[in-house]
Amino acid sequence: MKPAHIIAIIAIAISIGFIVSFMGDASEYVDFNKAEDFAKKGKEKKVHVIGKLPKNPIGKVVGLEYEPKLNPNLFVFEMVDNAGRKEKVYYNDAKPQDFERSEQIVVIGSYNKNNQFVADKILMKCPSKYEGQQKQLN
Amino acid sequence: MREPNIWIGSVGHLLVLISFVSAITSGLGYFFSQRKEDLSEESQSWLKFGRTSFFVHSGAVLGVVLVLFSIVYNQMYEYFYAYDHSSNDLLVQYMIACFWEGQEGSFLIWIFWNVLAGGILIWKSKTWEKPVMSIFALLQVILTSMLLGVVFFDSFKIGSSPFVLTREVLDLPIYNPAFRETYNPNFIPKDGSGLSPLLQNYWMVIHPPTIFLGFALSFVPFAFAMAGLATKKTKEWLRPAMPWTIVSSAILGLGIVMGAYWAYETLNFGGYWNWDPVENAVYVPWLTLVAALHTMLTARNSSSSLKASIIMLSVTFFLVLYSTFLTRSGVLGDASVHSFTDLGLSGQLLLLMGVFVVVAIWIMFRYWKFIKPDNKEITTYSPEFWTFVSATILFLAAFQVILFTSKPVFGQSPPSNPMELYGSIQGFFAILVAIFSGIGLFYWWRKINPQKSLYQTLALPILVSMVLSGVLIFFLENNEDLQKEFLAAKGQFGKTALAWFKYLLIILIIASTMFSLVANGSLMFQVLRKNPRLSGGAVSHIGIALMILGIMYSAGYSKIISDNNSGLVYNKDAPEEFNKKNVLLWMDEPNRMKDYIITYKGMYVEAQGYPGYINQKYVRSLANDPYKLVAIKDISYNDKSYFKKGDTLTTRPENLFYRVEYRTKSGKLFNLFPRVQMNGIRKGEVVASPDIRQELGKDLYTHVTTIYPDPEKGREYSETQEIKVHPKDTFLLNDFVAVLEDVKRVTEIDAQKLTENEIAVKATVKIIGKNAQYTAEPILLVNQKENKMANIPEILPELGVRLTFKNIDTEKGEMIFSADVGEKDYIIMKAMEKPMINLLWIGSLVIMVGFMIALWRRMKENTPTGKTENITQKEEELTNV
Repeated sequence: MKPAHIIAIIAIAISIGFIVSFMGDASEYVDFNKAEDFAKKGKEKKVHVIGKLPKNPIGKVVGLEYEPKLNPNLFVFEMVDNAGRKEKVYYNDAKPQDFERSEQIVVIGSYNKNNQFVADKILMKCPSKYEGQQKQLN
Repeated sequence: MREPNIWIGSVGHLLVLISFVSAITSGLGYFFSQRKEDLSEESQSWLKFGRTSFFVHSGAVLGVVLVLFSIVYNQMYEYFYAYDHSSNDLLVQYMIACFWEGQEGSFLIWIFWNVLAGGILIWKSKTWEKPVMSIFALLQVILTSMLLGVVFFDSFKIGSSPFVLTREVLDLPIYNPAFRETYNPNFIPKDGSGLSPLLQNYWMVIHPPTIFLGFALSFVPFAFAMAGLATKKTKEWLRPAMPWTIVSSAILGLGIVMGAYWAYETLNFGGYWNWDPVENAVYVPWLTLVAALHTMLTARNSSSSLKASIIMLSVTFFLVLYSTFLTRSGVLGDASVHSFTDLGLSGQLLLLMGVFVVVAIWIMFRYWKFIKPDNKEITTYSPEFWTFVSATILFLAAFQVILFTSKPVFGQSPPSNPMELYGSIQGFFAILVAIFSGIGLFYWWRKINPQKSLYQTLALPILVSMVLSGVLIFFLENNEDLQKEFLAAKGQFGKTALAWFKYLLIILIIASTMFSLVANGSLMFQVLRKNPRLSGGAVSHIGIALMILGIMYSAGYSKIISDNNSGLVYNKDAPEEFNKKNVLLWMDEPNRMKDYIITYKGMYVEAQGYPGYINQKYVRSLANDPYKLVAIKDISYNDKSYFKKGDTLTTRPENLFYRVEYRTKSGKLFNLFPRVQMNGIRKGEVVASPDIRQELGKDLYTHVTTIYPDPEKGREYSETQEIKVHPKDTFLLNDFVAVLEDVKRVTEIDAQKLTENEIAVKATVKIIGKNAQYTAEPILLVNQKENKMANIPEILPELGVRLTFKNIDTEKGEMIFSADVGEKDYIIMKAMEKPMINLLWIGSLVIMVGFMIALWRRMKENTPTGKTENITQKEEELTNV
């Protein structure tokens, strides 16, 4: 066997390894129910959940808890996922400055042992830039 | 009001059409010239046709660039491109950046670089001109088609024109004939929507064009490879293509590092690399391009290297197209910080990829058999073998990244922990890169010292590097992140093993980079003495090793300084896992953190012509013009006076700076000014950027996460107390002891003289705060003629008090104040140390030097006469490594 062949075989093996782990890590966007299922089955998998912030009738975001003077590293908020389930999300970091203004939110995290959804990361989608302008132009 | 200028856009659109058509004719000219017998009259006339068309094409492209730039530069908001990316107050240097903020502009800059590259090819490539330019023109046809903006049958759209009018895009009532009263198709918006403040940065002016230059140049060696196959000159293309491969690797690499530096300076994720899809999209083709560079070195002697080179160059170009597709088709959606909107070009981009894949595969399929097999077999001890191995490593590294980056294409969510997923695997490949970049070059040594055995040559460098890495490992600091991981694992096998794997990675990275540094370093010195031109490989490999080491230290040993241990669990349900990365700093209250005492000192602004930042207390803003400030004190910097009281200053109102004072253990003082940017028009975009103190051994990185007062909402006061006092009286002000020192008449306010009818009195109140004494000087202003009173309150942000001088009770001799009490000013910030990050930047510069040396050598090699530079047999042999 030529040495180049050995290298090629190793390379193919590694590539297959990547593909297998790629298939195995089939993470999808899920809702809170599914994320809870994962946690109950003992899977420590981080999931992406898409949702919106609940608002009161005058359009103010409700359910935000942030007391920086007591603890700047804990931010708790409520989020309604696409299936309509409202859940409290714990985020162990400072509240993002423009959080309330975001239209849609993706949280990446999982349920912990106490059945609390802990987000490691928050992605915010801000309203399309044109909306603001249209108001201004009119 | 002026009428919209329609003709300039029509000119631009016409030029796009001309550039598209001339690219087609140029390609046909070159293609038929190539098909006809060489030097025949027919061939020559086709060649002339192809060339002329390309010159027309170049002129048209240049024209498109000029038209689009003048639209942006002259703020012609009747064009959507100017409206969408520019604004009235945009500085000229950033108008260049908004030129390529949009997709159309970024395609245009790519097309423009291709025109330059094509010009050089026509000028320099001689016999290669015809076949290479045929392929080159094909790329230009497809790229210019992206700008066509032609719609067939109402729905089938080809390209997106940068010259569409605002009224064609924005659905405003004023453009809608249904609203008869306000309808005005000639309405031109007064201001553009502006460039994202994140992109108003000098790196953003040069980084995107550098990337696109790299993309454009990386196509040239691919075109050469295809041309070589199609003309059955299967090896001859290597020599002219080599300088292009080197220069494109260098420029693409430079572009990547620039992007990383921009992210480090501007974004606040705490690093320079985020494994963001757009970053990956450039990193991956760079890896395969460098892989091609390595196999090309030995391709003249080995058919497997030659085949690998052709495949790697094709893969590189395919990846360039694929990443263009990923970042512009909207498939990535939320996955990226780089928000490219979907222009509906996905189909066309796929078609573009398809055309090139089909053309490349067809050429390879048809002409593969003309690659001559090798006379001798590859042995483990040949340079061919080692370049093949290094290319394989680079390719696998690229494969992992592009595979996982493509997840959204398969309808899945992007990886939830990219830092871990990519970081650990790429870290592992980095070790292999370091080891093989050392070993590979030993074959060179074997040629210089053939009498020594491999083990003899390897023994000393291995020994030296082992000793060095032993020392470095001994002095490694505690790795806080890993310790946390070990703790969190609580003895679970899987997690503990993962933590050990990461620890092992760190040790192996140190050992392998030390080996690479020692091996390549000693090699470099030997080569420099004999023939410096051959040192390119050794120098770049030293650069890579330095970069890997710098990345390992700065990322693996990044230390959070703003460790917050005072966090109270105010919420009973709060989860146990605590990050303590952020700390709250009240203004003027020192906090001890790690080796520093840190104090937040207040809000600052910038002013044109001033080298530092100006305390917001020293200036007052003008109500009618947010870009102007008035100095209310003399302002100097390092004892040099810059502004006098009453001077008007020009500022950027969207930028606010928060002064954080650091005091080290030895008593040294310095300030950092992390920034918060607001964008007046794109409301809702609040962006924090770090300020970085660069020291030799480490960077100190600080950014704010939350601020009070919110720049948009301002301060909020919860209660108001009324205070009636006599001069020299002591009273309580928001629980602080205060003394009314004095009440005096003043003749000017904020450097403005009062009129005859105005009388002003200023009270001086001293307040003893927790850490310092503060003075408030509220003013009461009386206009005798109109019998009106006005108050100019003084805000004490350190105390959360606004003190207003309300009135004077002349009968009792009492001064009446009102004090609004609210929150004290604070910031919440994050600070970290990044050790040895300079190794990363130094390493990337060293790589560039290495590339330049290699380019210099290959250019000499390509000198036409061959007389000016005699390539000796020995050099030719050394070429192989």
